[in-house]
Amino acid sequence: MEGFKHFLNALSDPAIFLTISVALFLALLKWYRVVTRPQIAGAIGALMLAALVFGAMDENLVHNALGKPDNIPIPLMLGTVAFFTWLSLRKAAINDERAEKGLPPAEAEEGSQKVYTWPDLVFSEFVCLLLVSALLLVWAWQLQAPLEPPASASKTPNPAKAPWYFLALQEMLVYFDPWLAGVVLPGLIIVGLMAIPYIDPNPKGNGYYTFAERKFAISMFLFGFLILWVVLILYGAFLRGPNWNFFGPFERWDSHKVVALTNVNLSEYFWIHWLGRPLPEAWYIREAPGLLLVAGYFAAIPPLLAFTKLRGLFQQLGFVRYNILMHLLLFMALLPIKMVLRWAVNLKYLIAIKNYNV
Amino acid sequence: MSILKKTGEEIRKSQVWRSIFRHGPPTTHRNRAMAVASNVFLHLHPVKTRTSGVRMSYTWCMGGITFFLFLALTVTGILLMFYYHPTADKAFNDIVSLRQDTPLGIMRELHRWGAHAMVLSVWLHMYRVFMTGSYKPPREFNWNVGVVLLLLTLLLSFTGYLLPWDQLAIWAVTVGTNMARAHPVIGHEGPGAELLKIGDISLVTAGSDIRFALLSGRFVGEATLLRFYVLHCIAIPFAAVILMAVHFWRVRKDGGISGPM
Ligand code: HEM
Repeated sequence: MEGFKHFLNALSDPAIFLTISVALFLALLKWYRVVTRPQIAGAIGALMLAALVFGAMDENLVHNALGKPDNIPIPLMLGTVAFFTWLSLRKAAINDERAEKGLPPAEAEEGSQKVYTWPDLVFSEFVCLLLVSALLLVWAWQLQAPLEPPASASKTPNPAKAPWYFLALQEMLVYFDPWLAGVVLPGLIIVGLMAIPYIDPNPKGNGYYTFAERKFAISMFLFGFLILWVVLILYGAFLRGPNWNFFGPFERWDSHKVVALTNVNLSEYFWIHWLGRPLPEAWYIREAPGLLLVAGYFAAIPPLLAFTKLRGLFQQLGFVRYNILMHLLLFMALLPIKMVLRWAVNLKYLIAIKNYNV
Repeated sequence: MSILKKTGEEIRKSQVWRSIFRHGPPTTHRNRAMAVASNVFLHLHPVKTRTSGVRMSYTWCMGGITFFLFLALTVTGILLMFYYHPTADKAFNDIVSLRQDTPLGIMRELHRWGAHAMVLSVWLHMYRVFMTGSYKPPREFNWNVGVVLLLLTLLLSFTGYLLPWDQLAIWAVTVGTNMARAHPVIGHEGPGAELLKIGDISLVTAGSDIRFALLSGRFVGEATLLRFYVLHCIAIPFAAVILMAVHFWRVRKDGGISGPM
C-alpha cells in the first residue's frame, strides 16, 4: 500500500502529471467513439469512484485538501465534468455514425415536434428543482460551512489558497508575473470566450451534438477547459503545499521543505551559457533573443499557417478575424509552453525587463 | 365523486381562485396556452417548446439549475443580511452566532454550498451550450451575455468570500486583489505605471491605483469589507438580474432552445 502511494506521488510530479493528462486527452479525442461506449465509460466512472474512496482513506490527503469543507465541490466537479464530457461525446459519436449513414442527427428525429410548456416543460423543471433542493438541503445539513479564526493581518496562513474555482489562476502565477497571470491572461480568457461565436465560421453542429463536424473548435475548447482549467485546479488543490511547493497527494506537508530555486532567464542562457560572454549592459541587447523569439512566435506563426495548413480557415475568416483567432490560441498555448520550459530547463523569464517580464 | 375531488372543484370555481388563475386545468390546448400567456413567470417560456430541447439529456437542465440556485441564494442571502453587520468588530461574531443562536441555523450553509454549486452549474451550462454549438448564429449575442453572467457569478463568489471576516476570507481576498497591483498602467507595480506621471510626481501609487479603488485602502480592511458587502449584496446581483432578464428574453427571441435546423 505504502509503495503504491509512493508510486502515485511520483506520478504526480507536475511534468509527468501534465504529460499523462494530455496523453489521456488526446486518446479520448482520437477514440471517442470507443471510449464513450457505456461499458468502457462505466468502467472509467467506477475507477474514478474507487480513486475517490481510496483518496478519502488517506490521512495526509484528507488533512491537506480533500477534507477541507470548501474543497468538497472538487470531487463533485470532477464527477459532473467527467459525466457530461461522456454524455456529449457519446451523443456526438452516435450522431456522427448516423451522419456517415446519411441520417440526420438524433435530435432531428422528433423534427419540429413540440410539447406544451404547461404542463410538460414546467414539470421537468419542477423535478429538477426538487432534486437540487434536496441535494442542497442534505449538503447544508450534513456539512458545516468552514470558519477559521478571526481575520488577522499579522498571521499569514501558508499556503494561502484561493477557493477551488480560482486555483487555475493562482497556479498560473507560478509561471508568469502577476501582470500576465493575474490580469492579462484572465482578461484574455473572458475576451476569448466572448469571441468564440465570431471566430468559429463553421455553420455545422448548430443545435445538436457532434464531434466529427467540429473537430478543431471542440478540441481547442476541451483542451482549454479540461487541461488548462480543470487539471490546473487539481494542481492547486491537491499538489500544492506550504510555500506553494509541489507535494504528492499522499505526502505529508513539510513547511521546511527547501526547493532549490535555480531558475534561469533566457538572456542568461543565451549570453553566458551559449556565447560564453557577460550579459550586455543595455537591456535591448541583453533581451534581444527573448524579444525576437516572442515577437516571432506571435508574428510568424499565424501567416505561416495561413499559407499552409490553415489556408482554408484563413480564407473563410478573413485577415482580421483569422489573426484574432490565432493570437488567442497562441496566448493559450503560452501557458503550457512556459510550464514545460520551466520544468525542462528551469527557465524563469523569456524576457526580463524590470516590470515587463514574460 | 370523492370528497377531495369535490372540494378541489369547489375551490376552482370560487371567485378567489378564478381571480388569480384565469384558465382551467391543462386538459385542453387552449388552457395550456392560456396558462403560459397569463402568468408572468411562465411567460418566460414560449407556449410550446421543441421536444428535443426539453430533453434533460440535451440541456442538462443546467441553465435552469443555475437560475434556481441564484434564486435560492437571493432568499438565503436576504435572511443572512438580517443578522450580519459589515464591520470589522461585528462581522465575525455575527457569523458565529448565525450558527449558534439563530433559528434554522443552516442558512449560512445553504448560502455557501449553494454558491459553490452555482459556480459549478454555470460552468456546466456553458459547457453544454458549447458542445451543442448553441453559440452559433443567431445566438452569438446571447452567448456573450452568458459570458458576462459567468463573470458576475465568479465576482459574486469572490466578494462573498470576504464577508465571514475570518482568516480564510481575508487571505484569499488579499491574494486575489494583490493581482490588481500588477495591472498594466493602472496598478502601481504593473508595467507602464511609471509612464503616468507629471514631472516627478507619479500618478499611479499604492494610494491611487486600481487596487486602492477595489479595496478602498492600501490593504484589506474595514473599508474593504463595506465595499465588498455592497458589491456582493446590491451592485453585482443588480447587474446579474438585468442581464438574466436579457438572457432569457433572448433565448426566446433567438428561436427558443437550439435544435437542428
Ligand atoms: C447566471 C448565469 C446563467 C443563467 C441563469 C443562465 C440561464 C439560461 C437558461 C435557463 C437557458 C435556457 C436553456 C438551458 O437551460 O440550457 C439558457 C440558455 C442559453 N445560455 Fe445561459 N445562463 C447563464 C449563463 C450562461 C453562460 C455563462 C453562457 C455562455 C457563455 C450562456 C449562454 C447561453 C446560450 C447561448 C443559451 C441558448 C442555448 C440554446 O438555445 O440551446 N449562459 N441560459
